[in-house]
Amino acid sequence: MGERGPAPKVAPSYPEVCLHSLDDLEIIHSRPKVSFKVDDETRQAYRNIIIPFWTGKTLREKIFSSLSNEWKEAYSAGVFTEFQEQRAPGHTVAGKKLFQKGMLDYIDEIDKTISILKAKGDKDLQAKLFELSGMRIVAKAIIGFANRYADALGELAKTETNENRRLELLKMESICRRVPAHAPATFHEALQHYWFIHLGVITELNPWDSFNPGRFDQHLFPFYQNDIVSGTLTPEQAIELLQAFWVKFNNHPSPPKMGVTAQESNTYTDFALINLGGVKEDGSDVVNELSYIILDVIEEMRLLQPSSMAQVSKKNPDRFVKRAVRITKTGFGQPSFFNTDAIVQQLLSQGKSLTDARNGGASGCVETGAFGTEAYFLTGYFNLNKVLEITLNNGIDPITGKRIGLETANPENFTSFEKLYDAFERQLNYFIDIKIDGNLIVEREWAQNMPVPFLSLQIDDCIGNATDYNAGGARYNTSYIQGVGLGSITDNLTAIRKHVYEDCNLSIKELLSALKSNFDGYDDLRYKVIYETPKWGNNDDYADRHAVMVFNSFYKAVNGRPSYRGGVFRINMLPTTSHVYFGSKISAMPDGRKAFEPLSEGISPVQGSDKNGPSAVILSASKIDHIKTGGTLLNQKFSPSFFSTDESLDKLVMLIRSYFKLDGHHIQFNGVSAHTLRNAQKHPEKYRDLIVRVAGYSDYFNDLGEALQNEIIRRTEHEIV
Amino acid sequence: MEKGIVFDIRHFSVHDGPGIRTTVFLKGCPLRCAWCHNPESQNPLPEISTRINRLDGKEYRQTEIIGKQMTVSEVFHEIETHITFFDESGGGVTFSGGEPLMQPTFLEALLKKCMANGIPTAVDTCGYGSANVFEKILPYSNLLLFDIKLINPSQHHKYTGADNQQILKNLFWLDSMKASIIVRIPLIPQITDSTDNLLAIKGIVEQCQNVRHVDLLPYHHMAKDKYRRLNIPYSLSNLKPYKPERLKEIANLFSGIDKQVSIGG
Repeated sequence: MGERGPAPKVAPSYPEVCLHSLDDLEIIHSRPKVSFKVDDETRQAYRNIIIPFWTGKTLREKIFSSLSNEWKEAYSAGVFTEFQEQRAPGHTVAGKKLFQKGMLDYIDEIDKTISILKAKGDKDLQAKLFELSGMRIVAKAIIGFANRYADALGELAKTETNENRRLELLKMESICRRVPAHAPATFHEALQHYWFIHLGVITELNPWDSFNPGRFDQHLFPFYQNDIVSGTLTPEQAIELLQAFWVKFNNHPSPPKMGVTAQESNTYTDFALINLGGVKEDGSDVVNELSYIILDVIEEMRLLQPSSMAQVSKKNPDRFVKRAVRITKTGFGQPSFFNTDAIVQQLLSQGKSLTDARNGGASGCVETGAFGTEAYFLTGYFNLNKVLEITLNNGIDPITGKRIGLETANPENFTSFEKLYDAFERQLNYFIDIKIDGNLIVEREWAQNMPVPFLSLQIDDCIGNATDYNAGGARYNTSYIQGVGLGSITDNLTAIRKHVYEDCNLSIKELLSALKSNFDGYDDLRYKVIYETPKWGNNDDYADRHAVMVFNSFYKAVNGRPSYRGGVFRINMLPTTSHVYFGSKISAMPDGRKAFEPLSEGISPVQGSDKNGPSAVILSASKIDHIKTGGTLLNQKFSPSFFSTDESLDKLVMLIRSYFKLDGHHIQFNGVSAHTLRNAQKHPEKYRDLIVRVAGYSDYFNDLGEALQNEIIRRTEHEIV
Repeated sequence: MEKGIVFDIRHFSVHDGPGIRTTVFLKGCPLRCAWCHNPESQNPLPEISTRINRLDGKEYRQTEIIGKQMTVSEVFHEIETHITFFDESGGGVTFSGGEPLMQPTFLEALLKKCMANGIPTAVDTCGYGSANVFEKILPYSNLLLFDIKLINPSQHHKYTGADNQQILKNLFWLDSMKASIIVRIPLIPQITDSTDNLLAIKGIVEQCQNVRHVDLLPYHHMAKDKYRRLNIPYSLSNLKPYKPERLKEIANLFSGIDKQVSIGG
């Protein structure tokens, strides 16, 4: 029960954060991808009321007017993005408290905190009292919101002639009167309770990654078990309620994004990532009956939202992992798989308590967080390859001709690979400094101008600290910078080392002129760097050492630096769709990639360059230390026929277990579509990884003749249906 | 250090024995099966072949040498990279070919080395080898993937170029030695898939107490292009792959047998 607008799939705008112009509204309305219809009434309201009122007052304008020129130059060149220029931080997940307390409990807690603060005479007393009274107002407001639904349900019941439906409506009415004022007591109440809170969080502002019930099977199981034992719920009813819950998520696309924000995250998905499995606070296995029921629901619903994942701890049973792998077969990349034991290590190494670490998980795409206790902001993607391009041009962005980086020296003067790498590292540090200086400003603006008292109620210890979520009120505060294009930068450095400094068959000057001409007239060189150069993802140390070098440089540049909110900066490695945007900002690169083409995504190899199968990819990916990150993303393609036997599914479970034993953070499997295979016929160099596996035999798709390829394409089309 | 000719090492093999395996392909085969899908494996010596790579519509010819001389420790080093996968999956290494027994001392040294390092071993064999070689490798082989193709001797000779007497003798000997065996039957339309032949194979398998598993490997024409690439004539180019209903029929012939029967590896 409950929507944030007058109908499903309606998305509000948030002019206090970012004011859309009439032109923006037209673009949002008419663009072919991720469009939203904007009606005349809305346009008129914008023209006559919203634009005149908010112009000059939005947070976005405040932020941009405070940022340095260096920041703006780097931002427009595509060196990095900024998450908080159009959307609120968010990036957090409900903890167990959410399912154990009601708004009235929070109000009690607020009142107690107020009396303690008053008695102690805190130095920021006034500000803290404001924050707490804000929290009190919104706690009451959500109770009012729920009661309005209860009233409407009561009205509907009066005129309902179908007796069953009438009883249903009355039951829903009584549930909406109880939650979220009180802690939920039944399975149905728990779902409704969460959903009202979800709506509160995504209505208050437009937080990234919407909001998320987190460890879903763990939180809901006690309610489920009680209801089943008391005979008030059947498994079938639980399934129906869960399905309705899934529909609710799917009704809420992410709010309209514009410009760079749209390009870096070009999707309707709002990244609520349901976590299943993992470990309990005491370290024991979470998996229960409900875990399997929820997997059934995911398989049956096959909706874009919410996304789903299975946390895999060494303590979780293989049958649970296998059940989740079976769903992957349907080809929509979900559920994805996360390594609980790595997540716990990551959180512990960041200084979280063991209990908070075990209550954690991954949210958004792959981001590690302590659920219910941490505000972990993603601050922006960072374009590692652009930094190399600028280094190769002595601080100049070759696309605009502007000098935006350090003058590290004419690259022709680098007499060794080490000298070139040293220049890259200095350039990297320079841009990270700019990014972090910018983030300090952005975080300050959010902290000072845009509180989120409702979200603050949900995340410990905002009430106790009497401090807003956006201002450092949470128990843990982390700011992430997301490195993008690890595969591409690895292959670029490998190509340079091999051809320029080791085989010496290419001068930097010649390489630069090939890049400048987008390899026009350099076909043979391009062939050599694509086909005759080691690549990331093949368990070949010649290439892989460069990934480790870049990873360590990036980590060193970012990790542990203080943030505005009293937390620290850390790294993770994920792209959403920014590898496409960042690629569109870079001309040709030494690995043979042509100008403006996408970069590699996550820590996955450059498209098609992993020729030794998934286990070699995993061995390469494990060479970076995932425990030092807050998440990495690894995608693996399989032809749908691979999932056809039970034995193959077992082997995928074993593959996941192997990667996780090596501390890998995340892996997801995508079925290769017929469309992909057709592309592979056209661009074989980008699909060298495609292996067709049949019993007792496997071969590279590219090595098959056209007739056979066509046959496989037809079969794939058939299987995917 | 013992050396041999290896023509490929493939990781994440999922059809050549239990778990996730690394398959080492040794070059050279005493048989010339009409349906062979690794024709590059037959000749025991390295061969030159041309691979055509395409980029932007342009073709680049890359000369490839099929078959590389490697030492035992070089091969072992490559196998060793995947120990984590073996441990997690109950997998290991499979020596295939060609016919691995064609390089008996190299194979024996490889098996010994793997076993000494706790890596489970399997040998994928056509069964055509001297008893003496089987005796040597058996102590170091955890599993044998043993091919049986045709029972009728003249048919066997016609389609593989060799007699099957020695093959069947080796199978019975291995069984008597309590070797762990998976029998693999390539299903080739109109050649090996006659009811007579399959029932004859069934009869033989039933006599072998240590065969735990029978794999039926249906013909597919994936290797057609390999023949073209290698410039070897392919006599079966007109065969059509099986329909699932026919495979079910064939599997039914094996019903009642005291072994696990599966289609595919």
